[in-house]
Amino acid sequence: MFELLGIPPQALFGQLLLGLINGSFYALLSLGLAIIFGLLNIINFTHGAQYMMGAFVAWMLLNYAGVPYWGALFLVPVIVGATGVVLERVFISRLYHLDHLYGLLLTFGLALIITGIFRNQYGISGLPYAMPKQLTGGQNLGFMFLPNYRGWVVVVSVVVCLATWFVIEKTRLGAYLRAATENPTMVGAFGINVPRLITLTYGFGVGLAAFAGVLAAPIYSVNPNMGADVIIVVFAVVVIGGMGSILGSILTGFGLGLVEGLTRVFYPEGSAVVIFVIMAIVLLVKPAGLFGREV
Amino acid sequence: MAEVELAGRPAPAASAEPLLKVEGLEGWYSESHILHGVSFDVREGEVVTLLGRNGAGKTTTLKAVMGILAKRSGSVMFEGRETIRLPARAIARLGIALCPEERAIFSSLSVEENLMLPPQVRPGGLTVEQIFELFPNIKERLSSQGTKLSGGEQQMLAIGRILRTGAKLLLLDEPTEGLAPVIVQQIGRTIARLKQQGFTIVLVEQNFHFAAVVADRHYVVEQGRVIDTIPNEDLAANTEKLHRYLGV
Repeated sequence: MFELLGIPPQALFGQLLLGLINGSFYALLSLGLAIIFGLLNIINFTHGAQYMMGAFVAWMLLNYAGVPYWGALFLVPVIVGATGVVLERVFISRLYHLDHLYGLLLTFGLALIITGIFRNQYGISGLPYAMPKQLTGGQNLGFMFLPNYRGWVVVVSVVVCLATWFVIEKTRLGAYLRAATENPTMVGAFGINVPRLITLTYGFGVGLAAFAGVLAAPIYSVNPNMGADVIIVVFAVVVIGGMGSILGSILTGFGLGLVEGLTRVFYPEGSAVVIFVIMAIVLLVKPAGLFGREV
Repeated sequence: MAEVELAGRPAPAASAEPLLKVEGLEGWYSESHILHGVSFDVREGEVVTLLGRNGAGKTTTLKAVMGILAKRSGSVMFEGRETIRLPARAIARLGIALCPEERAIFSSLSVEENLMLPPQVRPGGLTVEQIFELFPNIKERLSSQGTKLSGGEQQMLAIGRILRTGAKLLLLDEPTEGLAPVIVQQIGRTIARLKQQGFTIVLVEQNFHFAAVVADRHYVVEQGRVIDTIPNEDLAANTEKLHRYLGV
């Protein structure tokens, strides 16, 4: 077996895979955040809680209603997305004419409340969610062992991200969304129902977070704090990629996952802060983010 | 007034009931009261202009008719329907379309996406082929980013995209502003053709000579009111007065 700078390949590729898995979640979550920020101008701090809700609703569907993983993968984004639609209609839609800060405070408060409710109900020790048996086991690739479920997470994340990118950049609906992001008044003056577009966009962004939550459930235990742990990193990803940039958030999500994995191999002590160091450098050199448009 | 003859306008297809009837229209930008009771009407098939100095309230009048002014009151009747309480998207659906002064071409959309963005609200709009015939430049730039077009091309795109929708009443806000004479002529010919095809047009225009060629009637706007109406035939006789109004 070959070695790279004294690192056994098993460890290197293992960490890279782990980075890619984390990157998948970063990409899915930051994609939703970017879409929501682009159209609503709201920094959705509830995003982490909604990711956690995705995992919990999957767990509830399995344990209370007997709905397996595959059903949850479709049902959970719809259910959690619907709660997002209600939140947008009842609370968030009242803040569009105010400063960003109010949206941030509201969604941050909602995140605390939602997390608190789940913590109160289910404790913080975490609930197990069994891997679907079709995806147990793994493949020996010669240079490393690839657990099937982890491979599945990476593939399905890439597919969902690319599909979302395609809808936004290449379809009529996406053109409405991009146009409304730029000039909602004019889009309304063409006869398009912009408030409904905004509501559905928020619901979709929340649905993406919930989808990520379902994917995460069998890997990490289902825990009320799982959203709070990941959301800070995801915000750093969005800032690095450029606020509101769709492709930027996808590429940055996967890329930073890998960077984090590599750092864990070569300088483990740095792995927890590497993303924030990159964020600081990017903000200094290119304040609009790697893929953001300068204003 | 040789220019008037040049346009070769057919007689306005006058009908009894105006297509658009604006009465006592008031409008505000946040706290500032801009429109103080604008009244005018436009019959089907007519081209009328709103003339006036900068800041007189012409653009605000168009915005108020379109429904994109945050606060407005009074009466705006379209085809006999009161629209003052409707949101812009509902007004658009009735068949009114705005080409704004700043053109509002979307930079994140290609030329083709910009052109195809406004949904069809009524039957009877121009086909994409007919729009390309009016503005051949657009056809060659379909895949470009919308804002990469020249000013004139952006103006053509901004007009072209509202011709597809089937809107009967077009509100054009200074379509010739800042454009080369040859483009101004092209837009003038376009407006004449649109009139022939039965479109009704309200035009805000600083270019007085351009307005004289294309319009049936002129409303003079000052301090948020219509203070005078001049039929195009009487324009020559009123040149002095008009110059005083416009401060030229």
